[in-house]
Amino acid sequence: MTDRVGKHAATEDTAETVILPAPRKPYENGNGDYGADLPLRRAAGRHAGDPGVARTDVDSLSSLTNEAEPDPVARAGGAGRPSALRLVWVYPDLLSTYGDRGNLLVLARRARLRGIDIEAVEVNSDQPVPRQGDIYLLGGGEDLPQILAANRLRNDGGVVAAAEQGAVVFAVCAGYQVLGHAFGGVDGEPVAGLGVLDITSGRGDRRGVGELVADVDPALSVPRFTGFENHQGVTRLGSGARPLAQVTMGVGNGDGTEGAYAGKILGTYMHGPALARNPGLADLLLSWVVGRLAPLDPEAEEWASQLRAERLAAVGG
Amino acid sequence: MSKLPLRARLATSLSGAAGRVSRMTGRGDGSVIGGVLGLRVEPELLRLLAADRQVVLVTGTNGKTTTTRLITAALGALGQDVASNAFGANMEAGLASALGRAPDAPYAVLETDERYLPAVIAATQPRVVVLLNLSRDQMDRAAEIWLTARRWRAALANAEGCVVVANADDPLIAWAASSAPRVTWVAAGQRWHEDSWCCPECGSHLQRDELGWRCGECGFARPSTRWVLSGDSVIDDSGQMRELALALPGRANASNAVIALAVASHFGATVDQALPRLRGVKSVAGRYTQVQRQGRLVRLLLAKNPAGWLEAFDVLAPIPVPVLLAVNAQTPDGKDTSWLWDVDYRVLLGRPVFVTGERRIDLALRLEADDVPFQLVDGIDDAISRVSGGELDVIANYTAFQQIRALVGRTE
Repeated sequence: MTDRVGKHAATEDTAETVILPAPRKPYENGNGDYGADLPLRRAAGRHAGDPGVARTDVDSLSSLTNEAEPDPVARAGGAGRPSALRLVWVYPDLLSTYGDRGNLLVLARRARLRGIDIEAVEVNSDQPVPRQGDIYLLGGGEDLPQILAANRLRNDGGVVAAAEQGAVVFAVCAGYQVLGHAFGGVDGEPVAGLGVLDITSGRGDRRGVGELVADVDPALSVPRFTGFENHQGVTRLGSGARPLAQVTMGVGNGDGTEGAYAGKILGTYMHGPALARNPGLADLLLSWVVGRLAPLDPEAEEWASQLRAERLAAVGG
Repeated sequence: MSKLPLRARLATSLSGAAGRVSRMTGRGDGSVIGGVLGLRVEPELLRLLAADRQVVLVTGTNGKTTTTRLITAALGALGQDVASNAFGANMEAGLASALGRAPDAPYAVLETDERYLPAVIAATQPRVVVLLNLSRDQMDRAAEIWLTARRWRAALANAEGCVVVANADDPLIAWAASSAPRVTWVAAGQRWHEDSWCCPECGSHLQRDELGWRCGECGFARPSTRWVLSGDSVIDDSGQMRELALALPGRANASNAVIALAVASHFGATVDQALPRLRGVKSVAGRYTQVQRQGRLVRLLLAKNPAGWLEAFDVLAPIPVPVLLAVNAQTPDGKDTSWLWDVDYRVLLGRPVFVTGERRIDLALRLEADDVPFQLVDGIDDAISRVSGGELDVIANYTAFQQIRALVGRTE
């Protein structure tokens, strides 16, 4: 489960001062041989298309399932922090319709390149959501799976508990709406969400489909967003959430803003996947757990930079 | 033809003329423009052209064109003409055009777009409807697949006199087909599970084992099957087993072939009659075609969505034969490239990988995340120039495939 490529330095200090060791080896672009070590064991099992392989192995992750003793300081960055950064992909069986695995892969890669160990777990909708993760990911999905996911997550309580303990939550599209107070069901009727983000969503008049460009809240120091949106949802922010960005092309929340965040909980309508197109956002999420991040070797950023430039140029952004 | 009303005859001949012009001017294979003109003159054209024929409709996300071709080949055993939209023009206009071009064929095998199935069932009164599979595809313009399945369900519930031939291993297909009065269930396999983790009936997580799938909550379960794909063999509805030994590669095509045999048996063509004809199919609308190009043997594979890429990887020549991956994101491809992240590319490790297409940078970033080494190239000839000799496999999505095919020449 754990990718033991570099010992992650635990410190007695706060997350802000964790200094990370250098990457295990210089990153090479397309022609190099990286080796085939797999950071995401569960991902390997699922992708192998083998129905006999259990897709998650929550039970083996004692650190993730110790629900009896919710201990905020055991979270990454705090005292006694376990060695690996724990990524929890919530309900890929329901919310993973638009390449959402990519967000997990990008986070894992950018952490690994900085020598941070990764533990990644995929939690299906018939399994309890572990409460001791560092970053929770929720993806996009169709209407019915979205409603099922919301109902199950409300009953399970894991994401809400983790969010209250200060975990990072990153949610896209349907998952973004689920974090709010309510969202529009199959016929537009309101469905209760988790209420961990002060937003309320409903159904708009028409689907917003296409490239999205948005200028990010300067407080976050993240370069301009590029993504692809595909949703009929319209989202209204309450006073407890800030818009993530101002739309310069596309629909976003529907009022000229895109996404929302409050503390370490962040949601967006962007696919692409969002973190593949916007590695700055991926680093922001990582830094919320482990503190300031060393910049990556420019070679390791080459394809992401090219893709960003190409997409922004394609839409005149 | 002569029994058609005058207006329909006019519509049919207009549509044929437009199709010829389209082919002569190199704009296309003519099957869509002809049908569009015909339908404008006679909106009921499809119904009129299908009347008094034995119609088979073939739909699903992947394998429609190939399965249509295989069924057409199998029905050839009956010794009569078979009308078919063999080149994948699968909306109403393409269907009308295919029927108009073969006015006297008593059989028609029609590939049908997923969205149009209910309307085409109503218009053509099919004897057999084939449901192959349902998975994510072109999310920016296609309906959500559960909604598609629900529409099929409603249409099939009222399809009297029709037999549905359906893949029991795809839960969404099984759910859609189970409303029909008569179903022939085929154990055709399912490699892509990412769109069927949950029960289509109640939404609970499905349980899977080597025997199939079952919902632990509502009890909806894989139906028992009468036709089975077992390894590379077919077991027919009398329990007899025969090796398929197709020319077409891959498990997906073996699955398509078993479905074609099940369909053919409904019309009285036995496995022994039909199977040799299936073995004679070597390429389908340019797919699986091997062409010589600058001394290399290039093989073209079309794959439009994650499930299709998974099947395409399955038929690649053995390592270390190189592969060229080509991705566009034009309207027919779907404009959102996010789906590239649903595919696991690590099976490509060990062979040279070339990347091209209008969205090759998306693919480059994706391969980087999987630690799969690759080279960016400017199209197929650039890739060929970097291959020392021998073979090159090409996997391309829709418009990327058409571009490459235009370059290396249409061989059909």
